[in-house]
Amino acid sequence: MSRLRSWFLAPAGLWIAFFVAAPLGVVAAYSLLTRGTYGGLSEPWTLENYLRLADPLYLKILARSFWIAGLTTLLCLILGFPLALFLARSGERKHLYLALVILPFWTSYLVRTYAWMFLLRDTGLVNTLLIEAGWLERPLALLYNDGAVILGLVHGHLPYMVLPLFATLERLDRSLVEAAGDLGAPPRETFFRVVVPLARPGIAAGSLLVFIPCLGAFLTPDLLGGGKTVMIGNLIQNQFTAARDWPFGAAASLALMVLVMLMLGLLLRRGGERFL
Amino acid sequence: MSRLLGVYAAAVYAFLHLPLIILGVFSFNASRFTVWEGFSLRWYRAALENPQLLEACWNSLLVAAAATLLATALGTLCAYGLWKRRSAPIEAGLYVSLVTPEVVMGISLLAFYQWLFRYFDVRLGMHTVVLAHVTFCLAYVVLVVLARLRTLEPALEEAAMDLGATEWQAFRRVTLPLAGPGIAAAALLCFALSFDDYVITSLVAGVDSETLPMVIYAMARRGVSPVVNAVSTAIVFGLGVFILLAERLRRA
Repeated sequence: MSRLRSWFLAPAGLWIAFFVAAPLGVVAAYSLLTRGTYGGLSEPWTLENYLRLADPLYLKILARSFWIAGLTTLLCLILGFPLALFLARSGERKHLYLALVILPFWTSYLVRTYAWMFLLRDTGLVNTLLIEAGWLERPLALLYNDGAVILGLVHGHLPYMVLPLFATLERLDRSLVEAAGDLGAPPRETFFRVVVPLARPGIAAGSLLVFIPCLGAFLTPDLLGGGKTVMIGNLIQNQFTAARDWPFGAAASLALMVLVMLMLGLLLRRGGERFL
Repeated sequence: MSRLLGVYAAAVYAFLHLPLIILGVFSFNASRFTVWEGFSLRWYRAALENPQLLEACWNSLLVAAAATLLATALGTLCAYGLWKRRSAPIEAGLYVSLVTPEVVMGISLLAFYQWLFRYFDVRLGMHTVVLAHVTFCLAYVVLVVLARLRTLEPALEEAAMDLGATEWQAFRRVTLPLAGPGIAAAALLCFALSFDDYVITSLVAGVDSETLPMVIYAMARRGVSPVVNAVSTAIVFGLGVFILLAERLRRA
């Protein structure tokens, strides 16, 4: 048995070694080199690129990325928890409602981000309607700011929050909720002291599943932030394209990878269930 | 309480789906401005007459088909192997590829390709895009197929082998057909992921391998245009029809 099994695993294993591990190794090597005169790579080997990350300019970008990803996660939780509760209690039509949450996975993320550009720009639908209704004189600057980025990220990542929350809430023992009610707890109290603590694995998994991709987001801040909202993903992309400082971009990538791996560790320990 | 929950859920659903629905409606607007002037297909016509869009669409279909085929085959075998017995290094690799930010995966592949190109005479092009797409799709295939395998009874294979089947026959004739729906779902997901990817693709694409998301992205960065509205709606509609058809086929 074991011999055949290794044949099944070998192709994917080799693929991962070749296209996931080796490229990260190359990036690690680049991060220790110096930028050449024309943007190439040259020796000597140095830790300079990592030291540059401590520059206040870059620390600010990192802090901003954490702030935007954190706020996105919180908003997803606020929007997603009641929806997950609704799904868990929806009885026969559960499959339909669940499908409506999963549907965005099958549509294009790029198109969904673009749809927000269409709605939020100066001559977009929101501004046009508000002006026609006479509530506004001139258009509000809804696009190209942090708010637009967070809105786009929440819209794009909400299903990642709802699905694990739904999974835990569905398994939640209803009799515990009823018992709390019978013992005189008002609904509010029952919710915060019984339902929420029991749903903690789902909250942890959902929050990390939203936070991790948002921290390294590139597309949404680029399109909806209009180049003003620079997150760490944009910084890295810029170093490899316009700025042509590959060693520094590589160092920033590895720093981001370390953060992401730490959170993956948390996810696997706290998330309550494994994904593979 | 439950009515309040229903209202809240309806509002969240509206938030999730209204932006695309509105975009779709306005893609049929005769005016180029956000004022309804009547139904028209002129922007769809304009999109169809744009050779750059057509070529990019063809490239995207080719890449998605190739990446789906490869990733589904590799991922299915891997999921089967992991179902039989766990493997810490492979699982770790899959997790890493799942959480690696797209930008980081893109630049690491770009750096890796550039490093390889010192020794081999190749350039960035469709092949580098396909290899990158297989890489980010692989973990999703394993995830979906493994979830399906976990619902199966391992004793079925043992029964087949007791009745004289070899290991390979037990896999090919018993488990593979039973895992079919999971494999089909994984392939669809791959296709959708590959067809939609911009970030990784833009970093590893060559001059002759521009995909549809790359063209849309470039147009969108210049600002909203009615042609992009039409192409976007067509993509969502096309993917939707594709998924529905596949679902039908699977059930038939």
